[in-house]
Amino acid sequence: MNKILKKLELAPGIKLFEVDVPEVAAKALPGHFVIVRNSDRGERIPLTIADTDKSRGVITLIFQEVGKSTLELGLFREGDNLPCVVGPLGKPSEIEKFGTVVCIGGGVGVAPIFPIIKGLKAAGNRVLSIIGARNKELLILENEVRMYSDETYVTTDDGSYGTKGFVCDQLGSLLTNETNIDRVVAIGPSIMMKAVAEMTRPYKIPTIVSLNSIMVDGTGMCGACRVEVGGETKFTCVDGPEFDGHLVDFEMLMKRLSMYSSQEKKALDDYKGKI
Amino acid sequence: MGKLNLNRTAMPKQDPRERVLNCNEVALGYTQEQAIMEAERCIQCKKPLCIEGCPVEIDIPAFIKLIAEGDFQGSIRKMKEKNVLPAICGRVCPQEEQCEKVCILEKKGAPIAIGRLERFIADWEAAQGAIEIPPSKPSTGRKVAVVGSGPAGLTVASDLVQLGHKVTMFEALHEPGGVLIYGIPEFRLPKAIVKREVEYVQKLGVELKLNAVIGKIATVDELLEEYDAVFIGTGAGLPWFMGIPGENLNGVYSANEYLTRANLMKAYRFPEFDTPIIKGNRVATIGGGNVAMDSARTALRLGAKESMVIYRRSRQEMPAREEEIENAEEEGVVFNFLTNPVAYHGDEQNWLREMECIRMELGEPDASGRRRPVPIEGSNYRTSIDVVVVAIGNSPNPLIPQTTPGLECSKWGNIKADEGTGKTSQRGVFAGGDIVTGAATVILAMGAGRKAANAIDEYLRTGIW
Repeated sequence: MNKILKKLELAPGIKLFEVDVPEVAAKALPGHFVIVRNSDRGERIPLTIADTDKSRGVITLIFQEVGKSTLELGLFREGDNLPCVVGPLGKPSEIEKFGTVVCIGGGVGVAPIFPIIKGLKAAGNRVLSIIGARNKELLILENEVRMYSDETYVTTDDGSYGTKGFVCDQLGSLLTNETNIDRVVAIGPSIMMKAVAEMTRPYKIPTIVSLNSIMVDGTGMCGACRVEVGGETKFTCVDGPEFDGHLVDFEMLMKRLSMYSSQEKKALDDYKGKI
Repeated sequence: MGKLNLNRTAMPKQDPRERVLNCNEVALGYTQEQAIMEAERCIQCKKPLCIEGCPVEIDIPAFIKLIAEGDFQGSIRKMKEKNVLPAICGRVCPQEEQCEKVCILEKKGAPIAIGRLERFIADWEAAQGAIEIPPSKPSTGRKVAVVGSGPAGLTVASDLVQLGHKVTMFEALHEPGGVLIYGIPEFRLPKAIVKREVEYVQKLGVELKLNAVIGKIATVDELLEEYDAVFIGTGAGLPWFMGIPGENLNGVYSANEYLTRANLMKAYRFPEFDTPIIKGNRVATIGGGNVAMDSARTALRLGAKESMVIYRRSRQEMPAREEEIENAEEEGVVFNFLTNPVAYHGDEQNWLREMECIRMELGEPDASGRRRPVPIEGSNYRTSIDVVVVAIGNSPNPLIPQTTPGLECSKWGNIKADEGTGKTSQRGVFAGGDIVTGAATVILAMGAGRKAANAIDEYLRTGIW
């Protein structure tokens, strides 16, 4: 159960697992996430499903090694079984024919935007994708995104590949040059999603973001993942993870994301000391 | 029968000063001598009221008599005819509201300590090592899906498997037991005991599927394609907040989250366990139920210098068990009665800094019969605080109602089920426990499970809905 059929290192510190979980794969839709645990002492780690192969009963997970838990997760090898994969959780993305949709993925956020690109394309949309990373080395899934997008724009912060700059710069030129953008979907660091939402606001283009709140159970029981959307408290795990980007209180989201930063640092330091 | 013995045998407990420094169980349980002494006090009423007082109708005088006679094996066998989870019930049932309340000796102020004896006999059996597995009836070929492995689910599953049905129990979390695992703390209900009782249910033949979220991997309607009946015991879900300013500050927890981090995820052992929790010197718990007591006492064990309970009514109206209130008091939890938070104030970084409360007074009785707390205008005060735990209840988990169109729910999202049978509006689907009643007790959920099991068995045998 939960066997890792394939493991790839997509970029330094960004890993891909194909996991054999037929029950999850059968029901997984773009936008869904799973919760993974490394061990019986492990945290419950929420990861958005990056791709699904229903015929093989396989889901793809892509994660960046940023803390102890994700570093430990990265040590699993092909053929290992993950102790726990729960899902598919959350509400799926709204996939229908909107017209022209701009899909934006920043950093490891390209992974969760990919199934949405694929879904939107299959639904008959004109998909304009913007993907970005700090540098060429860290850019992931470029070919996959190109395969399902009508146009693909690549940015790197340092200009080592594609256009130098941020995904938002590229969005800026699309907003000026494209007259009929019907929807924008953006997934990446909170600061990026916030910037995207601010840019599309004057154009009144519906803008969907996928939030990466801290979670524990992921099924609506604990409320760790509270976010404020349009002044109302929502639970990312059952009400989201996708919300109207124009209504999300990103400042609060970012501050809540840093709630455990000192413990996370300690866990990471202890772990690095051990290995 | 000799003279009435009105000396209720006390149960040894860990010293309060010691126990707040550890997470081990507070109550230590009777020795054999103490158990026999207490059991001998039972006058063996001809028409025992205690059995009626028990939601699962344990033959209380019979199991107590066997203890008095020193036949512990016989006693546990008698117990398990009606209750498969005695080690848990003996610890967390509100006996003072049920069996002990109607005990004839209660009138003399010294009811038999039924809960302590129940706990004793269950722990005695566990200490023997080998647990007796009663024989099951021959297989009926019928299959039942039980959703949720908390007290209701465990009871339904074990009753039905013993009647010869094939039972699969689905649990969303990575450990079975529901609230017994994620909610009730180690110091009140050791997790090894929950594990033992769940293993017993598995040994009876129940198949357990962990990490399986029904409503996600399969809907109830899909389960009905494979199973002849479905029981829903998914418990309480979304935690309530008060809707006051500042509830999303860093450091404000729902009791569900606080206790789940501490119990299920073992955050009190961070970094040995990976899940962290915010400790903090001054911790306030909002609410007056058992969950609030559990939270306030957990805070002390996590190292809080001051742990206070904020409750809008007075001590008399507190829904928590007297025993738990006393334990909390002994451990140094400070109670602020007739007080209610109105806002939390934070800093630039969204961290909780201060709690603003208002004093209350009791007015006329409300719908619940308790006097309604009314705010005293202008009595607001602010106090510095590091962590707040909101323990004011839960609404039902929405995952199943949302994905089961045929299921009628109340406007609060509770599944509508017949009280006597657990039957819902959908053929073949039964429900019980907190998902039906709203947050209640372990034993009430077990009682609902027992009734549903009987009704499911009848439905499977007759096909009559």
